[in-house]
Order: sequence, then C-alpha cells, then structure tokens
Amino acid sequence: MGYPHPRHPRETPVLSEHFGDPAARTLAGWKARGGYQALEQALAMDPVAVQNVVKDSGLRGRGGAGFPAGIKWSFMKPDGKPHYLCCNGDESEPGTFKDREIMRWTPHALVEGVATAMHAIYAETGYIYIRGEFTEPLEAVTAAVREAYAAGILGANAMGTGRRLDIHVHKGAGAYICGEETALMNSLEGKRGNPRIKPPFPAVAGLFGKPTTINNVETLTAAAHVVRRGAEWYKAMGRPDNPKSTGTKLFSVCGNVARPGNYEVTLGFPFKDFLWELCGGAPDGRRIKAVIPGGSSVPILTAEECEAVFMDYEGMAAAGTLLGSGGVIVFDDTADMPRQIARLARFYAHESCAQCSQCREGTAWTTRILERICRGEGSFEDLDTLLEIGEQMSGKTICVLSDSCATPVASGLRKFRHEFEAKIGKKQGKAFVPSAYPTGLTPAAAGSAP
Amino acid sequence: MTYGPSAGAKLATTPAHGHDDAPYQPVFTGAARDELETLCARYPSRQAALLPALWMIQEARGWVSDGAVEEVAQVLGVSAAHVRGVLTFYTMYHQHPVGKHFIQVCTTTPCNLCGAEDVVNAFLRHTGCGELGVTSDDGRFTVIEVECLGACGFATPVMINSRFLESVTPDAVPDVLEECD
Ligand SMILES: Cc1cc2nc3c(=O)[nH]c(=O)nc-3n(C[C@H](O)[C@H](O)[C@H](O)COP(=O)(O)O)c2cc1C
Ligand code: SF4
Ligand code: FES
Repeated sequence: MGYPHPRHPRETPVLSEHFGDPAARTLAGWKARGGYQALEQALAMDPVAVQNVVKDSGLRGRGGAGFPAGIKWSFMKPDGKPHYLCCNGDESEPGTFKDREIMRWTPHALVEGVATAMHAIYAETGYIYIRGEFTEPLEAVTAAVREAYAAGILGANAMGTGRRLDIHVHKGAGAYICGEETALMNSLEGKRGNPRIKPPFPAVAGLFGKPTTINNVETLTAAAHVVRRGAEWYKAMGRPDNPKSTGTKLFSVCGNVARPGNYEVTLGFPFKDFLWELCGGAPDGRRIKAVIPGGSSVPILTAEECEAVFMDYEGMAAAGTLLGSGGVIVFDDTADMPRQIARLARFYAHESCAQCSQCREGTAWTTRILERICRGEGSFEDLDTLLEIGEQMSGKTICVLSDSCATPVASGLRKFRHEFEAKIGKKQGKAFVPSAYPTGLTPAAAGSAP
Repeated sequence: MTYGPSAGAKLATTPAHGHDDAPYQPVFTGAARDELETLCARYPSRQAALLPALWMIQEARGWVSDGAVEEVAQVLGVSAAHVRGVLTFYTMYHQHPVGKHFIQVCTTTPCNLCGAEDVVNAFLRHTGCGELGVTSDDGRFTVIEVECLGACGFATPVMINSRFLESVTPDAVPDVLEECD
C-alpha cells in the first residue's frame, strides 16, 4: 500500500496489507487476519528449524546492512546463558519511515515477529527499542504487548507451550546514533548511546554482556510471514536471475515527489517504474534531478542513473549505490543541491556521538565548509578540501556514521559539482563557466594532467 | 499521557515553567516509586531503568533539574555524574524549563525540500518566540528545529509536547496553535 495513498496494482502487499486499517491494531482484529499462527507454528518447531526456514528464505536485514537474518540467528547456540533479542525501532535515518507504519498499524505483527525470533535464538527476553519521538507507535506497540500478555501469548507459559517469552518496550530519548546496534545496547543498559568497538560481536557479548541478536522492525515482521508461509513462497518473490535478494521490501518515498508514502514491492522492481509510475515522479510537472535511494547515508544517483536500476541489494550496488534502509529521497529541478547536502551534513554533525576524532571533527568541518559555500563565501579549494576530509572520515571510525556523512557529500560533489561551483563563482564576481575538467577531478589535478 | 513508562501512574505535577528555588520534592514516592520498581524488574540491572526514570521525571516536572539528577542517581544506585552524562547525551530531555508547549519542527533534508523552513518561521512568528530555542514572554511556547522525525513522507511533521502532527503547512500554523491551551 502506498500509504497514505491507495495501493498501486503493481505493489505486493505483505507487510503493508493492513496499513490504514485501525481494526488490524487490536489482538482480536489481528487474529481475524491470521495473526499469531506463525508464532504458534514456530513454537511447535525446534529453534534450529525456525532458523533454517528463515535462512532458506533468503530474508536479509532491512535495517540497512542487508545481513541474512537466518544466518544471524544461527550464531545463537543453546549455551545455557541468558540470550536477548533487541528489536531496532529507532528509525531515524532521514528518508526512512517504514517501521513507523508497521508499528502504528500492525503492532501485533511486530510482537509476533519478535516472539518468533526469540524462540529461534533461545531467548526468554526481548526488548523493542522505539525512538522517543514515535509517540503513536510507542502507544500502539505497548498496547499490543499488554494485550498479548493478557491473552497468554506472552509470559511464563507462552501460548501454553511452557516456553517463557517476555517482551518489553523501551522508549528512546532522541539520538539517531542509538539506531546503531551496539549504541542501542548501551542505551538500553542506561548509558550514553556510544557505539562499541567490535569485536566482540553482539552474538558473543551483546546486551548486558550476553549473547544478543538485534534485528530491524521490518526484518522481524517479515520473518513471521516467512515462518507461516514458507521459504519457497518468500524466495519466489524477486528477480528470477538474482537469488540473493528475495521477498518484498517497504520503500519510503519523500522529498520532491508527487505521491510520497510507503510502497511495498518485490525486490528487483524496476526503479524507473517505481519512481515515475508508482510515485508519480516530481510534483507539479517538474523534473526529477537526483535521488538518494536507500536513506540519507548512501551515494546520490542522478535521474538518468535511476533509469536502468533494479531495486535490490545487487541492483543498487551495480549502480554504485546501496539499497540501505529503503528510504528514497527525491530532489527535483528546483532543489538547491549544495544547500540540501549541507543540511544533510548538519544532520550528521548534530548526531555524531563524538567518540572518534575523524567523525566529530569531520562532520563539523564538512558542515562548516558547505554552509560557507552556500553563503557565497566559499572557494574552489574548499571543494578539494571536502573530498579530502571525506577520505579521512571513511573506514577509520568505530561505527559508520562518519562514512555515512562523507558518502552523500562526496557523491553530491562529484555529480553536481557545477552547482557548487556556481555558488563559488558568483561570490568571486566571475561569470560562471561550467567546469572543463572531468567530474571527480580537482581543478589542480586537471591542470597538471598531461 | 497514555503511553510510556508512567502511563497510569499518578505523579505529583508542578508547573513546567520557571526555575524553582524551593527545596527539591522527590518524584519517586508512593505509586511512582512502585512503578519505577516494576520497571527495574524488566532488566537485569537497575541502571537499565535510567532512561525510563528520566522520562518519569520529565513527565512529572517538565524538565530534569539538578535535584532530579541526584534523586535518580540515588534510587538507581548509580553516580550523579553518570546520570548527568546520560541526561546530556539525549536531546529529548530538557535540562532547563521550557515553554508549556514545546514545539519541534523537522527541517532535515527531506522535509527541507518540502518547505520545512517556512513552517518553522510561521511558528516563530505566530508564537511570538521570534527566535529558535527562546521561550515566549508568556511562558507558553518554545520552538526548536529537530532532526528527522521519521515521518518524512508527511512533510512537515511537528511535535508539540507528545502530540505528533503530520503534513503541517505554514498556513495551518495558526490553527495548530489555536489547539494549544
Ligand atoms: C549510525 C547508524 C544508525 C542506524 N540506525 C538504524 C535504525 O534506526 N534502525 C535499524 O533498524 N537499523 C539501524 N542501523 C543498523 C543497525 O546497526 C543494525 O545493523 C540493524 O538494526 C540490524 O538489523 P537487521 O539485520 O535486521 O537489518 C544503523 C546503523 C548505523 C551505523
Ligand atoms: S563514527 Fe561517529 S557516531 Fe560512530 S562511534 Fe565514532 S564518533 Fe560516534
Ligand atoms: S526529514 Fe523530516 S521527518 Fe524525516
């Protein structure tokens, strides 16, 4: 469903089937729609069998990194230690607003997914971490958990199986970085949300130092569908020639777009059809100029580059970008790219946890330089400096927030360099001359080329 | 409020606005203390109840004062320095009193593309705040810009205390403020 728009016939609603239907929010309503059959089925299975179904389905993490969910679950062995499941409902990546819809329209679908995963990883306790700003999702999920306890679905004797399943909702307090998995664990432990150095990985020492699995809201919700309808059903959705990306995915679409909202399509859907047919292209007959396809942390594509892309992990990688969280940000021909990229850098500077110098200083300086350029106070050297800072920010820090800032800036500079140069040229009182050197090269480098 | 850790608890409330020189009155007494203990039982450590405890304080008092920091540290058995470190990390906790209606407008790139800055300016004008982060003279309003609220398809989302509004336009701002008592 293109919530808040009517469903497009080319969508494949699995997770979004009941978006916009308030009756699906209650336990009775959810059960009437086939709810809790997956959990019942899972509880009757050996945890390893549940892991294997999810492994066979090819379901990959929907939080951004795309790690195969079943493989992640199989790291959890019955070792007698307490195990934890964390559900990542921190959803704060600009452009991404799909988990919010899952949680506020189908909270029981999430509870069912969390409980199913808990069984598969030998956990008795699961925490659903939801960002503090999500008042409506918090209310809906809290109510669903309460209903599930009252109905005996959760608790010491979950669904009468003798299995203990406790789920608690934990409210965040405003910090994008708490979406990073180890930062989320620190936050849950009552600490500052600083990411941890890995290893140890969460499956070895995660929440409270115990083996922990962390998954995104969409991943866990999809997992319950996989258990109920089988790996074959899930695998059949996707590009026939790409078995690495299976199933459906929710894409959030925002920015300069005619019909913003969430759309659920099978992975491998043609991006061109998606942007222009489903989402209606740019508003008011304008033209799309650029698209960030996977949440603000991934490389920007020009409109032309979007035309031949398939919307799956491999298709996006082939286009030089990433599927990420599935947050599609559209910029039309009225968008001021330097200004919007500067705003994005400001986001990362604000959200850096400041543990790593490269990130703390890099995000701040990137923002300062970009804003200076936008004020008409920049110089051509600033563009080189920005790319150099970006290099220093990539692959050197505890988590990838630092890289996430550098990525859209570098790709924006490469692909829309003329817009930056126009702002600089204007300040220097010169008529703007389009760059004569190939994009990606600096004026100095172009000058010294043979 | 119907959500969050303090749902259902009867907490003593004092006005949100204005620094108070009166001695600090503890929040975690009676039912609120019982509720905190219930929350603590959800985790293997008392420290893990720190974020929920700070939420309870803020819901009761409107902000988290130095006295509250001491109280939370004492009831959870952690140092006041630790509580302060956590308090200052998270943007949603107020370390100072704020207007009765705390207005947060998202201006991150996706919303910015859709004109979010005009929405901010409309709030600044119609509340009389004039400037970001400044509380209006009557103590009713504070307006701030906030980073992505996770509702980018509903530009521009605005939070007023715990009320989450979608698709707010500059023209709608007077009506939105009309609903604030
Ligand atoms: C800075 C940063 C922010 C992140 N924010 C989120 C988030 O809000 N939600 C989410 O599910 N994953 C987020 N992630 C990814 C998580 O670290 C983690 O990979 C994910 O929750 C794992 O779940 P999955 O395998 O189901 O995708 C973020 C990562 C980083 C580096
Ligand atoms: S990269 Fe940035 S956000 Fe990540 S741990 Fe380092 S300072 Fe913190
Ligand atoms: S950018 Fe405004 S809600 Fe995401």
